[in-house]
Amino acid sequence: MSSELIHRLHFAFTITFHYLFPQLTMGLGLLIVALKSVALKTGSEEWDKAARFWGRIFAINFVFGVVTGIPMEFEFGTNWARFSQQSGGVIGQPLAMEGVFSFFLESAFLGLFLYGEKRISKLMHWFSAVMVFVGSWISGFFIIVTDAWMQHPVAFDRLPNGQFEVLSFWQLLLNPWALLQYAHNMTGAVVTGSFVMSAVGAFYLLEKRPEEYGHIFLKVGVIAGVIASIVIIFPTGDLHGKYVARNQPAAMAGMEGLFKTETGAGMVLIGQPNEETGEIDNPIVVNDALSFLIYGTTKAEVKGLDQFPQDQRPTALPLLFYAYHIMAGLGTWFVLLMVVSAFLLWRGLLYKARWALWALLLSFPLPYIANTAGWMTAELGRQPWLIYGLMRTSEGYSNTVSASNGLFTLLGFMGLYALLGLLFTVLIYREIDRGPEPRVTVDEIVPAD
Amino acid sequence: MMGFIWFWLVAVMIVGYVVLDGFDLGVGVLHLFLVRTEAERKATLGSIGPVWDGNEVWLLAGGGTLYFAFPLLYASAFSGFYLPLMIVLWLLILRGVSLELRNHVDVGVWRSLLDGVFGLSSGLLTIFFGAALANVLRGVPLQADGYFFLPLWTNWQPGVHPGILDWYTVIGGLVALVALTMHGALWLTIKTSSQLGRRAKDVVTPLWLLLAVLTVVSLIATIAVRPASLNNYFNYPVTFVVPVGVVAALAGVWFLNRNAQPVKAFLCSCLYLFFMLSGACWGLYPTLLPATTGADRDITLSRALSGPHTLAVGLAWWIFGMVLAVGYVVFVYSKFQGKVDLAPGRH
Repeated sequence: MSSELIHRLHFAFTITFHYLFPQLTMGLGLLIVALKSVALKTGSEEWDKAARFWGRIFAINFVFGVVTGIPMEFEFGTNWARFSQQSGGVIGQPLAMEGVFSFFLESAFLGLFLYGEKRISKLMHWFSAVMVFVGSWISGFFIIVTDAWMQHPVAFDRLPNGQFEVLSFWQLLLNPWALLQYAHNMTGAVVTGSFVMSAVGAFYLLEKRPEEYGHIFLKVGVIAGVIASIVIIFPTGDLHGKYVARNQPAAMAGMEGLFKTETGAGMVLIGQPNEETGEIDNPIVVNDALSFLIYGTTKAEVKGLDQFPQDQRPTALPLLFYAYHIMAGLGTWFVLLMVVSAFLLWRGLLYKARWALWALLLSFPLPYIANTAGWMTAELGRQPWLIYGLMRTSEGYSNTVSASNGLFTLLGFMGLYALLGLLFTVLIYREIDRGPEPRVTVDEIVPAD
Repeated sequence: MMGFIWFWLVAVMIVGYVVLDGFDLGVGVLHLFLVRTEAERKATLGSIGPVWDGNEVWLLAGGGTLYFAFPLLYASAFSGFYLPLMIVLWLLILRGVSLELRNHVDVGVWRSLLDGVFGLSSGLLTIFFGAALANVLRGVPLQADGYFFLPLWTNWQPGVHPGILDWYTVIGGLVALVALTMHGALWLTIKTSSQLGRRAKDVVTPLWLLLAVLTVVSLIATIAVRPASLNNYFNYPVTFVVPVGVVAALAGVWFLNRNAQPVKAFLCSCLYLFFMLSGACWGLYPTLLPATTGADRDITLSRALSGPHTLAVGLAWWIFGMVLAVGYVVFVYSKFQGKVDLAPGRH
């Protein structure tokens, strides 16, 4: 196996595993604020307990997010040294900003939220929840800024030695790609958070657990879920897709499996791209739809892969195509499920509709898959570039780190993360099983006043 | 000028990391030996529970700052120290998970396992961090392009082609282990009362004696391995105040701990770490990573520094952001000040 492949797999594996956790904490952060706000406004002890329960789920996720996140910053240097040397002056900035502006804030207020409830006022505790939410969303923003610069480099200059340097702080942060991607991505996190909350609510009702919590979770989860499921397609997904089509046409052609340039291009719903024949096998196509979605008219010309020389086409074409279609297909299911659930909730039927509760319960893994597939679409679509149009992936990995050493640590991460995944599943299941009612324990730590 | 500023800003973040995460690493090592009952263990872990994660942020923020201010250094050092850094990452993962998940597990066997993992990973991390600093002080076999790759060990001798571990870097690791364990003991003395606090206070004495010896040994070894470390001191004799500071801070720890003034003793330990690290940085300046393969291959400040626009943009937000960050740190520590005690209650 080549060094390049190993280093790509190394980053891909560790970042994919990592992002399973922040997508929930970012989504849940918002929903916990909602729970705490109702609790603060109504003085309801149940909503407070519900918030505390999700705080415990949040805390476990947060720890896994932190410990799997630290390797990501390191891997820029360890596995992508040549890329870091060239681009560190630009992308090192948002990465450092994440630490300075987000992690300090987040860790401080999470400590207060989890350990300090007895030491601070109710309002201050609510404020801590808000700050944890804000911190996690700031963190997401800086990561998106980093990725967006690789997708769509702006505000840079090159020094005589080839290094990139940043020219404007605000242009870097307000990169249009970053804003669109951020809106789309954060909505995706809310989709994950709301589906998980709905699923736990559905589980409690199906299991005949204390029903008041099932009701609270379904109410918050489904209302947030229906909004997020719609917003993730329109406007955020729609705008982001149009921007990709205009700025990375080769990526769009690969996502859609469009081998030949067409006027009135159709949209393939299902099929298998065949790179040898340059066609989609077993296609189900909606005529003219792609032209319409991108350019607003059915007659517009959409560039196919034939417009790009071989060395500028996405390198993992079928995977890119599937990733994009999995994301879009699941997104469609999210809208269907959540619109129906919201309707049932509105009519007061949801809590008794076992089929809908089952659908909500079983759907909780799907947003994780959709978010992962979305990120794969973005990163595979960028290939063969590491910095779009400026630096190839083959020019960026650490060539002093051999494939053998890379494989050694990749296997190490796989083993460790398998263990973490197992541990995480057990712990989360136990928390859900115990539920929101407080556990009575002795010897609990109470910091002395 | 920008180079001077950023060199010391990064140094400040490293010192901040060692001083803050240092005590919770030390507590991690100590809890294996000092704790007698489950209640004491909860108090021990509770003394670092709300703050360890924030302490670790200094590592991330420092790493990020190093990344954009000195991209060549970041790229070269991180890829060159590939294997030990990966091990550090695994240890950080194990440590964070074992500490935090203990609250969510109530089976004795699993708790014991998590405690063991937490203690062991804390100890190994201090050794790795000390050895890492020693590797930088000793130098690495830089190629002409500024890159290198070090195996974990070769013949255990510092030379042109050393390994990560040799007798010199092992000394560095031991200094860090003992210094941070003592740092943690002083923290526990502040934060816990009754017998546990007394045991923490008592364990400072043997650790202090060991540390005093190791400090002298490491100083002599550093001068032997890289005599150029002294150049800055002889060129600016006033900076001999740094080693004097090391000695004074160590003496302060001894007397203040004896006189039951744990907060001041802890602050002296912070000063000790500050003087040791800034003394090491001053011994290097303006080199960032010395080459064992010839001084012309050193990664120096001017060679690794980012472009002027990058640094100007960076300085503006960095100052603003760090003022905020220090504000959060002070706020959190003030909310959790006082002793961690045991009382019945609920989560």
